Order: sequence, then structure tokens, then C-alpha cells
Amino acid sequence: MAFVRAPSPFLLVLVLALSISAAITATTTVPQPISDHHRSAALNLFAPSHGSFPSLQDAYEALRVFEILGIEEKHRVSTDTCKVVLENLSSLSSSLKDLFYALKVNGILKCKVNGEVFEGIASRLNASISDASPLPDLYYSIGGLVLIKDQDSNVDVLLADATGTFQSIKAQSQSDGKWRYSSDKTESSAYAAGLAFEALAGVISLASSEIDQSKVNTVKHDILKLFGSIEKNDDGSFYFDGETVGGHEHQDSLSTTSSVVRGVTAFAAAVSGEINLPGDKTLGLAKFLLGIGVPGDAKDFFNQVESLAFLESKRQVPIQVNLLFKFVLQQYFFSFCFLFFSANVTLDLSWCRVTIPLILSLPETVYSLTTKGQLKVRVSTALGSAAPPLVVKLVRAFSSGAKDSSIIESKELQYDKRSGLHVLDGFTNNVDVGTYVFVFEIVLHDSHSKQVYATGGQIHMPIYVTGIIAVSNAEIGVLGDLGSVQTKKALDLAGNDVVSFSANHLQKLRFSFQLATPHGHVFKPHQAILKFRHEIKVEHVFVIGNVGKKFEITLDFLGLVEKLFYLSGKYDIELTVGDAAMENSFIRLLGHVKLDLPEAPEKAAQPPAPPVDPYSRYGPKTEITHLFRTPEKRPPQNLSITFLGLILLPFLGFLIGLLRLGVNLKNFPSSTVPAAFALLFQLSIAAVLLLYVLFWLKLDLFTTLKTLGFLGAFLMFSGHRILSYLASTSTKLKSA
Amino acid sequence: MARSTSKDAQDLFRALWSAYSATPTNLKIIDLYVMYAVFTALIQVVYMALVGSFPFNSFLSGVLSCVGTAVLAVCLRIQVNKENKEFKDLAPERAFADFVLCNLVLHLVIMNFLG
Repeated sequence: MAFVRAPSPFLLVLVLALSISAAITATTTVPQPISDHHRSAALNLFAPSHGSFPSLQDAYEALRVFEILGIEEKHRVSTDTCKVVLENLSSLSSSLKDLFYALKVNGILKCKVNGEVFEGIASRLNASISDASPLPDLYYSIGGLVLIKDQDSNVDVLLADATGTFQSIKAQSQSDGKWRYSSDKTESSAYAAGLAFEALAGVISLASSEIDQSKVNTVKHDILKLFGSIEKNDDGSFYFDGETVGGHEHQDSLSTTSSVVRGVTAFAAAVSGEINLPGDKTLGLAKFLLGIGVPGDAKDFFNQVESLAFLESKRQVPIQVNLLFKFVLQQYFFSFCFLFFSANVTLDLSWCRVTIPLILSLPETVYSLTTKGQLKVRVSTALGSAAPPLVVKLVRAFSSGAKDSSIIESKELQYDKRSGLHVLDGFTNNVDVGTYVFVFEIVLHDSHSKQVYATGGQIHMPIYVTGIIAVSNAEIGVLGDLGSVQTKKALDLAGNDVVSFSANHLQKLRFSFQLATPHGHVFKPHQAILKFRHEIKVEHVFVIGNVGKKFEITLDFLGLVEKLFYLSGKYDIELTVGDAAMENSFIRLLGHVKLDLPEAPEKAAQPPAPPVDPYSRYGPKTEITHLFRTPEKRPPQNLSITFLGLILLPFLGFLIGLLRLGVNLKNFPSSTVPAAFALLFQLSIAAVLLLYVLFWLKLDLFTTLKTLGFLGAFLMFSGHRILSYLASTSTKLKSA
Repeated sequence: MARSTSKDAQDLFRALWSAYSATPTNLKIIDLYVMYAVFTALIQVVYMALVGSFPFNSFLSGVLSCVGTAVLAVCLRIQVNKENKEFKDLAPERAFADFVLCNLVLHLVIMNFLG
């Protein structure tokens, strides 16, 4: 096969690879249920500093996460936290939020709280419920009363005007299913809707008399309207978008979604009758929550884990008993659900809860044909607990390149009790190396489970099968002008032997080899590249095309002369064969070819410069030769010395002249004090002159001026003394 | 004619010399000092003319120190001269103190400019 220009097949292969990977990611990402990673992350995130938590809300979040994940950590912190709880509950100045969270923490830690304390709080909370309270305050008050009801059954917490409270909360609902925070706000939010649903559920459970069913039904419609505004991702996960409402902190999508989940599951647990939420929505919510992975923030972690727990409604009641009751009641009351109180749990439990999502996950998605493993599938709830009895069916498996033809159809996976996984043996016999999409379906055993759990229909999972590709029949040779074979050598690509050729520009080089999968099919790797490297490190890359199993490339040097920059000499030939599904990808030096090419014409392109060693950028640079200004011509030394002597002549003349004039020192004072001053005067002048010489030689102006200041003062003083003495003596002489 | 002019020049010179001899000694000392300073300046100018003015600041400071000190000496002479009515009340010692001070300031500046 003639060689093709390097760029375009490359691009083609690249685009193909990208589209394959895009196709795989577009179908599903594989959500993993909660695992031990989460548990260890929880221990790190929620570790209290010095045994106590920063606030009651943080304490509650930590304790609730530990409770859901089954981590036995609470004993260490219980005494300190209980102290804080008791303080908050007894104090009269605690806010509604603090009371709420203190009661929540107490619900988990079960600190010893006095009945009177509960009564005091209950009356406070009851008093704070009014029509005009904003939604968060109503939420905390009602929530607090529900918690007191669970923790101390003797306290009277029933609402005086449950219907009125219900109405006032309901009044804040908007037509799109969202809720306002209070009547004087105009913006609505889904987060507020979640708070409202939970508050309404609390009102229903605290009502002394039954709330009108029509009101409850309108709330159910509101829930469905709210779910109408749910956002959907491509992979089938559902979530509520984050929002910012004026005056309240921004809630991101996770906290909004978890608020709605909390509210809806609480409401579903409190009412009778079904809320017709489609199963794919709960599964989608679970997928969104699991898709976050292990959150790094404590609040996100709490929201994720608590929402999953609510979706799962972990409170277990023997299913057989439920079934019996339902069967008996359905005989008499068609599709009428009955509230069932359990002696063990303190919260109401209803069968009409939101459906529990079941998560299908794969412990591993890459299978090797050489190790011949089993296909393993795990089905569990989002929190990682066991699923009900079910069967996993492999509906079909197809190669991601050929969606229409299935390779495997309708197989049932066997359940392995020891590992808790569903396995399929021997699937590697049917599949070859490549990427596949396996379509699974979960089939629940009994009809009751079908109403309780959401399975999500057909689930597409990407599977990668790798294997060892057989490389064989490698031949390299030089062909003459008309295709006649002049030299040909066979190569064992598994070994290390190299070949050596010489060729001129009139000849061609042909290289061919064969690739086959373990099952003997055609295999086209992402990379099948031949590289020519010249001695001066200039490289040329050629892509090897294939016809079926045979890969062949023919390099016609006559046409390549310009591309090779007319460089003759020894070229190294290197072969690269690689693919993600190939376990034995390789780069191999095939050999050398000594090319004899004609001389380059003047206008030929120059070969590119050899790549600059990147480390040389930080090495020492070339030395810069500084060009100094040519120094001025100085006079010869002798001339300068001569003139130095000449300069001294006038001075000598001055001295001689002074002598000739008869200069004397008769006026020098004879008595000691004036004499001393006279001497000091002369000496200080000499000192100043010496300072000037030093200044010229080495001192700077500032030191000079400083010293001059001292000397000058001294000079002035002594000069003044001696000169005033001389003046006085001369005036005395004059007057005398 | 030439003889008379040269004789006249000689007579003039002698007259000047005798008149000058009458001046007080301290004035003669000052005159001598001025001559010394001027000669030093002249020699520096000749040197500069010979070798070029490369460190011009040095040349200037040298010449100006001589010229400056000469000027200050002339001022001193004026002030000290008893025949000068203008400075009758000024004590010569005071004039000398001024002379010393001004010279010191001049030479500080000269030394800075010398380089």
C-alpha cells in the first residue's frame, strides 16, 4: 500500500478515538455506591478538634453521618457535646436554630435531659409559631416540636391550630412548585420548598385532629410541580439547580437537591396515599448524589449521605409482616395505604415511601483475554447495603463501533453468595479485543420489591477488553525502479535483531507485517507508525495503512526527496504499534538504511534546526564583550611631572619674595595663653587643609562636611580669640 | 629717539618702583601672594594648552582656585589698606578672618570639583 501523507490519517484516527470515548461517556458514567472510602473520608472530615465541635449544627452533621455510615465514633465526643446540648436547651436566650440542632443532637446521643426542660422548650416553640413567622423559623419550631415528641412522649407538643399553621406555610407556595421564604419576599426557591415540605410533614404529625385530605393533596401536586422543574444530565442523573435568593446565603445544587429530598421523603412518610414520583427520578437523584464521589467539604458530605439515607429509608421492618397487612387491607380497602407503627422504631413508617434506588456498579471495567476473568456486577442500594433478591440479566452486548450487531444476547448472571456479586463465566470466549457496551437489566424477584425499589430499566456499561495482539510476518525490503525486489529480509519483531540496507533515490522501501487478535480477527491499532530519523536528529513520520490483517507501507524515495530535505546518510527506522486495548504495544528499532540522495538545489528548504536542548536555556549564555569608550589620550608622564615642577616654582618665588621683604614673626604673642591660641589657630587651619586633601583622596562629601563642621567651629573659636587679642593689642599701641 | 624712549621707560619704571617701595610691608606680602596665585594659574593654562582639556573639571577647579584666592587677596588688600577711607572702621584682623574663611569655603568647593 502506498504511503499516505502523515497528517490526515492521524487526524482521522484521533477523531475516531475521540468519538469512541465520547460515545462511551455519553451513555453512562458508572456511579459507585458508598464504600469504605467514604467511611475513612468521613472520619477525617468530621474529626472534632479537641473533642468538641465548632457548633451544634456541625456536631449534628458529624453524628448523623457516623450514624448513617455505621461508624462507632460518637462515644468519644458524647460527654462534651452533651454538655453543650444541655446548656443550649436550658438557656433562655438560645435561638430557634440552636434549639433545633440541640434537639437533633440529643436525638442521636440521648443525653439525659429533664422532662421540665422539654416542656419549657415546647411552650417556647409553640409560642413562636405564628402566621407571620418566616419559613426558616417555622421550620425550626415545628421540627423542634417533632423531635421533642420523639424524645419525651410525656410532653404535650400538639399544635393548637394545626390547620392554620398548615395554611400559612402553604400560602408561601408558588405556581412553579417553589416556595417563598416569607410573605414579604417575592423570590422563590426550591431549597425553601424542601424546608416547607418538611415543616408541613411536621405539622401533619403534630396535628391533634386530622388535616383535611384535600389540602394534603394540593401539597402532593406541588411536589409533582416542583419535580417538573428538575434538571437532567446526559447520563440520566436528576438534580435541582443551585440558587441565590436575596437575603439568604447561596445554596448550590447539592444543598438544594438534598433539601428537596429531605422534605419530600419526610412528607411522604407523614401522609397516607401515594406520591406518584416516577422511579427514574429517584434513581436519577441517587445517581446525581453518587456522582459527586467523595466530597471534600463536610457540609457537602453530610448533604450527600443524608439524602441517600432518606432515599433509602433505612429503617427496616420485616417485609413479610408488611405484606401480610397490605394483603389483608387490600382485600377490603382497594389501594388504601395504612400507617404502620412499629414497636422498635420511633418514627412513622409507610410503605408509600419514595422508591429506593438500586445502583448497579462494576468493580472493574477492564478485562483481559489473557487472564480470562469473570464478568462481575454488583447491585446494592446507594448506601452500599444489600439489595433484595434479584437477578441481573445481560440483555445484550455490542461492540461500541457496531451498535446494531450484538455479540452476546440474553444471558443471566449467577449470584455468588460469598462475594455478593453477580458473575458471568466465560464471556471472554465470545468477545475479542476492543471496547464494548454491555446492557444490563435488574429483574426483581417479587412484585412487592418492584414497588419499593427503582431499578432504572436498561443500564449501559462500558467494558474494555484487552489482549495480546499477535504480530507476525514482518518483512522489509528494497524495491527497484519497476517494483522488482532487490533485497528482502524477514524480521522477527519479537526479537531484537536489526537490519541494514542501502538505497538511492531511485529505489523504494517496502515494509509489511500482520496483526491479529487472540481470536484471529483483524485488529487496527490506533498507532501504526514508521519513523525515519537522520543522524542530525531530523525525524520523518509515516503512518502505516492496512488491508485486512496486513499492514504495509511503501516509501518511494524519488517522491520523498524533497520531504527528506535532500539529506543523504544513515537513517534509523523505528516502528511504533500501539493501542489502549493492546497489552503488548511496542516501539522497536527495525534497523538502518543508508540513503543516497541527490544534491539539494539552491531553492530547496533547509532542514529544521536540531531541537535546542531545553536545559541549555538555563545554562550560561555567551560571554558579552563590552565595548568601552576609547579612553582619552593622556599626556606623557614626563610632561606632567615637568609641569608639576613648574607649578611649584611660583610658590618658591613667593617664599623667596617673603624673605626678601623681611617677613618676621615679631607680632607673635609672647604670653602663654594668646600664644597657645595663636598656635591652635594655625594648627586648625592646617587641619582643615589636611581634611581637604583627604577629601580629595578618599573621603566623601558627607564625612568631610561633618568633620569640617567640628574643625570649623574650633577654628572660629581659636581664630576669634587670637585675632581679638591682636586687635586689642594694636589698638592699645595706637592709643598709646 | 629710541634712546629717549628707553630712557623714559627706565625712568618710569624707576619711579614706579620707588613709589611702590613706600607701600607698607603687609600690603607687599599680599601683592606677592596675588602674583604667586596668578602665575600658578598661568602655568596651568599653558599646560592645558599643551595637553588638551581632558579632565576639564580639574582644569577649571585648578584655575579657579588660583583666580579665586587672588581675588580674595585683593579684597583683603583693599580692606587692610590704611589709605582706603572706605574701610577705616574695619579692623584688619576682621578682614583677615574673612579672608581665611572665604578661602576655606572656596577650597572646599574646589576640592569637590577637582574630581
